Amino acid sequence: MAQMRSKAEGQILDVRNLRIEAVTETGKRVTLVDDVSFTLDAGEVLGLIGESGAGKSTIGLSALVYARTGCQIAGGEILFHGRDVRQLDMRGRQNLRGVRVAYIAQSAAAAFNPAHTLFDQVTEVALQHGVMNRAQARRDAVRLFGELELPDPETFGNRYPHQVSGGQLQRAMAAMAMIARPDLLVFDEPTTALDVTTQVEVLASFKKLIREHRTAALYITHDLAVVAQVADRIMVLRGGKMVEQGPATRILQKPEMDYTRMLVAERVAAEQSRFVEGHAEGDRPILEVRNVVAAYRGTIKVVDDVSIDVQRGDTLAIVGESGSGKSSLARVIVGLLPRQQGNVVFDGVTLRPRLQDRSKEQLRRIQMIYQMPDVALNPRHTLLDIIGRPIQFYFGKGRGEVRARVEDLMRQIDLPADYINRRPHELSGGQKQRVCIARALAAEPEIIICDEVTSALDPLVSDEILRLLRRIQDETGVAYLFITHDLGTVRRVANKVAVMLKGKIVASGPTEQVFSPPFHPYTGLLLSSVPEMRPDWLDEVLSRRRKAG
Amino acid sequence: MKLFGLRLTSTALVGIFIILACVGGAVFAPWIAPHDPNLPLGGRWGPPSAEHWLGLDQIGRDMLSRILYGGRISIGLALLATVLAFVVGIVTGFAAAVFGGWVDIAFSRIADVVLSIPILMSALIIISGFGTTTTVLVLTIGFLYSVLVFRVARAVAMNIAVLDYVEVARLRGEGLMWVILREILPNALPPLAAEFGLRFCFAFLFIAALSFLGLGVQPPDADWGSMVKESALAIPAGIAAPLYPAAAIALLTIGVNLVVDWLLSIYSRPQGENA
Amino acid sequence: MLKLLGQRLALGFLTLIVVSVLIFAVTEWLPGDIATNILGQQATPENVAAIRAELGLDRPPQERYVEWLLGAVQGDFGQSLANKRPVGDVIGPRLWNTLFLAVYAAVVAVPLSVLLGVLAAIYRNSVYDRAVNIGTLAAISMPEFFIGYILILFLAVQFRWFPAIATFKPEQSFGQHLYSTFLPMLTLVLVVIAHMMRMTRTSVLAVMSSPYIEMALLKGLSKSRIVVRHALPNALAPIINVIALNLAYLIVGVVVVEAVFTYNGLGRLMVDAVSKRDVPVVQACGLIFAVVFIGLNLIADVLSILSNPRLRHPR
Repeated sequence: MAQMRSKAEGQILDVRNLRIEAVTETGKRVTLVDDVSFTLDAGEVLGLIGESGAGKSTIGLSALVYARTGCQIAGGEILFHGRDVRQLDMRGRQNLRGVRVAYIAQSAAAAFNPAHTLFDQVTEVALQHGVMNRAQARRDAVRLFGELELPDPETFGNRYPHQVSGGQLQRAMAAMAMIARPDLLVFDEPTTALDVTTQVEVLASFKKLIREHRTAALYITHDLAVVAQVADRIMVLRGGKMVEQGPATRILQKPEMDYTRMLVAERVAAEQSRFVEGHAEGDRPILEVRNVVAAYRGTIKVVDDVSIDVQRGDTLAIVGESGSGKSSLARVIVGLLPRQQGNVVFDGVTLRPRLQDRSKEQLRRIQMIYQMPDVALNPRHTLLDIIGRPIQFYFGKGRGEVRARVEDLMRQIDLPADYINRRPHELSGGQKQRVCIARALAAEPEIIICDEVTSALDPLVSDEILRLLRRIQDETGVAYLFITHDLGTVRRVANKVAVMLKGKIVASGPTEQVFSPPFHPYTGLLLSSVPEMRPDWLDEVLSRRRKAG
Repeated sequence: MKLFGLRLTSTALVGIFIILACVGGAVFAPWIAPHDPNLPLGGRWGPPSAEHWLGLDQIGRDMLSRILYGGRISIGLALLATVLAFVVGIVTGFAAAVFGGWVDIAFSRIADVVLSIPILMSALIIISGFGTTTTVLVLTIGFLYSVLVFRVARAVAMNIAVLDYVEVARLRGEGLMWVILREILPNALPPLAAEFGLRFCFAFLFIAALSFLGLGVQPPDADWGSMVKESALAIPAGIAAPLYPAAAIALLTIGVNLVVDWLLSIYSRPQGENA
Repeated sequence: MLKLLGQRLALGFLTLIVVSVLIFAVTEWLPGDIATNILGQQATPENVAAIRAELGLDRPPQERYVEWLLGAVQGDFGQSLANKRPVGDVIGPRLWNTLFLAVYAAVVAVPLSVLLGVLAAIYRNSVYDRAVNIGTLAAISMPEFFIGYILILFLAVQFRWFPAIATFKPEQSFGQHLYSTFLPMLTLVLVVIAHMMRMTRTSVLAVMSSPYIEMALLKGLSKSRIVVRHALPNALAPIINVIALNLAYLIVGVVVVEAVFTYNGLGRLMVDAVSKRDVPVVQACGLIFAVVFIGLNLIADVLSILSNPRLRHPR
């Protein structure tokens, strides 16, 4: 029982020289985590920070002596209450997992079994390990649901996973992790998949849970501002190696290593960068969207009476949460989703609703860049094929001229010239996105629609991409329509912004004006929900909202 | 060892060797067959000997020579039917995926109806209506299998057609042929290649089964399936003669399956590791 | 969900109607002058006229189709051209024999292959799994008659454990029935089991690689509980489909296996009728197989809808 375990005293976890390896299909060994050491005291929260591929999740899972298929813990010690859990047999590991160390995954929607009710799944650990009987477990689950501010805690658990919202499911997973009162929780990017406004609430619930139960935690995230709210100490990782670790405030305010400094600087820039200036030329907007209405399958209205203007050489950001209709608006403009009402006017000419009815020249002048460079590039084509095709297609250039122009464009996006015969899988994520930009530029467009172009990239990489886009705008005077959910991105690239909610534009104008008080209530909610690096940000937001609400 | 830059496994190597042996035996039958396949050379069911490695059949013809010649018909017909099925299946499948709308609905409904009863039943019914000629046989199997290929080709093309790079091409204003030939086809080829091997196996077994039932290849021609049927009476007498052509069928199918398994294992791997 | 089930039922019925039209068209209408076709060499004017009269070929095809379908619904499939007996009388006992063999094989094959397939998925990449992979690959590659003749050669001719020819006498007891049809059953089982195991293994593996299974592992649950409680309920729908699909293989396999063991079933009857071009018998057999097959798929569809928690507990 809980009391018999040495609860909440002294050191809980002591990881020494951890090494985790993966074996690739070709039989090659790759080191994922290399010589990582850290300790964790009772009630302490250690934040693991790093970009993708840093080994954060792999380290987190090793606390449960678990390695994903193809990986194995190859070296080092994992001491839990002074005992090396790597020596445990299957049975011993089962008794550790879920009971003394529990895991909270990024996507609760995937981590909950669709076939069973939430009660069944939340209480399962306690029942299977004989920690409580059914009635006790059920009562405890209800209490945890209440603590996590889930609606109708008494009956919440009777529902199936697909019957509750994403934010609620994420909290239900925290209840599932807490049910056996573990000594250690492993949070693996638990709020990354959520919208910002939901993230604040879930984050607050998690923080409350950890504090009140004085449970130690490993908190894995790529977001410095999120980790600042929950962590006592932070460890920065890169490529499976530790960069530095120390008290949270020290790491965030006086980082010692260059890499950490870069991460922090990027984040500060996102929070505090000055609003960008516009380049607007001429009086007639290049793109005018007038009272556009569009629906999927003719009935589900996703864009509802939307009007926007984009000036030549300007950047307009459309910002909104998932399901707000911002990407649908982009699809209406390019003609992939034919509008039902309203007009889309480009350079004074009304565009036909359907892509197929537009002229080649009209298509050329509006280009689009996507969120996932991986699927936006044909894996069987070389960079020459990919970037060269628009040049050949729109301008009818011969082979030699195409090649020369492709080389020019590659120089412009800072890719080495000898990459010209490479295929996309030989490039990194950031390089792929650059190729997508070059392909758009090859058409010499007047406006480029950027649909969440940095969302799939790591912060430092996306910072480079944003810089590149701005430089290109300075050089070519192209206009951008920037679709994003990230307000930091808006600040950094857009001089104008339109805020979308449920298919409608609720606020629009120069970014500085829209993002300064007095703002529309929803803009205010969005702005106040973006995490900031000040450790007391979350508490401030909550107390402010409590006062207001 | 490598083939087209791909690492060969030992099982794939065995499969390739089997296929080469079977196809080689069929192609070069006139040169390597020890005897005339249609000439009775001895008594009924003569046992295997140095002269007749696999013995003699029910009217005293050399079994090995008959198997070598029979392979030409068995493999040839199956290949013909599979190629026919692929040409029809890929064209309709890609059309359904790219055009969508009523084209897709029409083709898909036809496929649903045709596949709502087992293919052997459909084949029997068609043969009862049109007779047991080789042309009917190949056309029937080609048509019925084209429906299966249609489903696979449609699914493969659909998966690719929704990817952003295809959308990019459409947004650029590319014509249909470019989208199909340059964007979709190159990415659809690997899964379709594996599918071709698989379908060949089934078509091959299918023709053998029909011939065995007396509804496929008709005398005086003989494929491996009809050879089993002709010599079936030997079995109750404890003579293994019909097992030889049957074993040839099994051998080639195993060979192709081994190669297909290898192809599938390669292409199901994610591309690139630096993503 | 009731609406969905109703839709499936209506769709199944509609498919059956379309299939019956196709069967009729392919056998009696599309091939052109079928009276001459049927008779081949013996197509004297008198014989042709006799067949025409018998099949009523002077009337328009749609009229003949409606009459045929209405008759079929009431169990009247017309008269066999070969022996002039009512088709229903010819088919009746044959259908029973085939169903007996198919059910016999299914009862053995389904539980066995699901169990073995699930085990192969759980012990993935083990020696057992690899042996299963090679064994099933070989079994899939072998024609049914190859397996059948090998079994006859060894178990019937060499060791004389079982009869080589599966005869069926009314005075036999149920046990004797099972004994005399053991070899054809075993042949069918061997063919079907390979397919079913492979597909079961694949669908269980797909479920086993989902994040909620990893979550269950991280909750410290035992392997057996993870499989029984977390994997199986979600693998049920795919497994049901695998079973339905393979019962279809079974129906197809029956045709060949009946020929190997000279077993008097519907499959052999149909093959005989096809080679003699006994149109009414072919039509009747085709329709019966279609009903069984479409019915099986419908049942599988309904069961997998019923096993889907998202449909059972709508938002």
